Amino acid sequence: MALIDLSKKEVHCKIVYYGPGRCGKTTNLLYIYNAMNAKARGKMLTIETKGDRTLFFDLLPINLGKVNGFEIRIQLYTVPGQVIYAATRKLVLKGVDGLVFVADSLRVRQAKNIESLEDMKANLREQNINPDEIPIVMQYNKRDLADTPIPTLEIEELDRDLKSRLDTMAFEAAATKGLGVFETLKEISKRTIRYVAEKNLIGKK
Amino acid sequence: MADIVLTEPLLEQAKAEIDNALIKLGVRRAILIDDAGNVVASCGEKKENIDTTSLAALAAANFGATSQMAKLIGEDDFSLLFHKGKNDSIHFAKIGTDMILITIFGDDISLGVVRLKVAQVSKAILETFNQKSK
Repeated sequence: MALIDLSKKEVHCKIVYYGPGRCGKTTNLLYIYNAMNAKARGKMLTIETKGDRTLFFDLLPINLGKVNGFEIRIQLYTVPGQVIYAATRKLVLKGVDGLVFVADSLRVRQAKNIESLEDMKANLREQNINPDEIPIVMQYNKRDLADTPIPTLEIEELDRDLKSRLDTMAFEAAATKGLGVFETLKEISKRTIRYVAEKNLIGKK
Repeated sequence: MADIVLTEPLLEQAKAEIDNALIKLGVRRAILIDDAGNVVASCGEKKENIDTTSLAALAAANFGATSQMAKLIGEDDFSLLFHKGKNDSIHFAKIGTDMILITIFGDDISLGVVRLKVAQVSKAILETFNQKSK
């Protein structure tokens, strides 16, 4: 649910990073936080919990500058990936305007990726959001491990597993090094803003 | 869930209602947010730097979490959501289906008055938003 403030000429959108546990959603946000100019980003909010898993959510507000005189403010959220935190995931999805599905390239996580994608689609439908209409892009994370002895999935395998379930664009990434992070962000921001604008601003003219 | 479009008169009216009912009472801050965690309007002392973006996100999540807890014990919702601090306290109230009013107040104001005023202003804000969206 985007918030359009005509008096301040601001558009607020919510983009959620979704994906299985430990696939690198928070790492994406951290990289964006560290790489962006302090003026363009807000404070990164992480709810302190034990260990490095996200239990509730992380939030990073960023400012994307102006489009047609409207200041674009985007709030990036992550969800907890572990299956047992289903209730929290639903809460974070409330009012979402766009999603990034982060898939884990490790071979051992193949089933988890599919499970998480199906979970995302089910949770969206529960909120009366059609997964084929809302902007979603995919990110195949941990591609840097493909050159190491650690067993990873081929792009074709990821495509077959995930794109058959959700037809959208996918970016290859290595979030710890920042590869593909901004490409993903740029594409999802573009699609989300267009989606929100078409729904509210352009349609009403 | 529909997107919220704020026009200037709508926002001004909502702010005036909050100012009249709560800020004049001596409440430090009153922040109107939507349940996705966006700040709709922020009224009251601007001197202190409260990070409203984070506060809004956490409040929306907190609200969602408590209503899930309510459902687990067989309640629809908890009507009173209130955190008491040493000097300042914070009160949350749901307005309609998709807005939340956060009120931050010192120990010089009683919780009862805040609850009463919040209930009144919630009704007024809801009417304002409903009229404009028709």
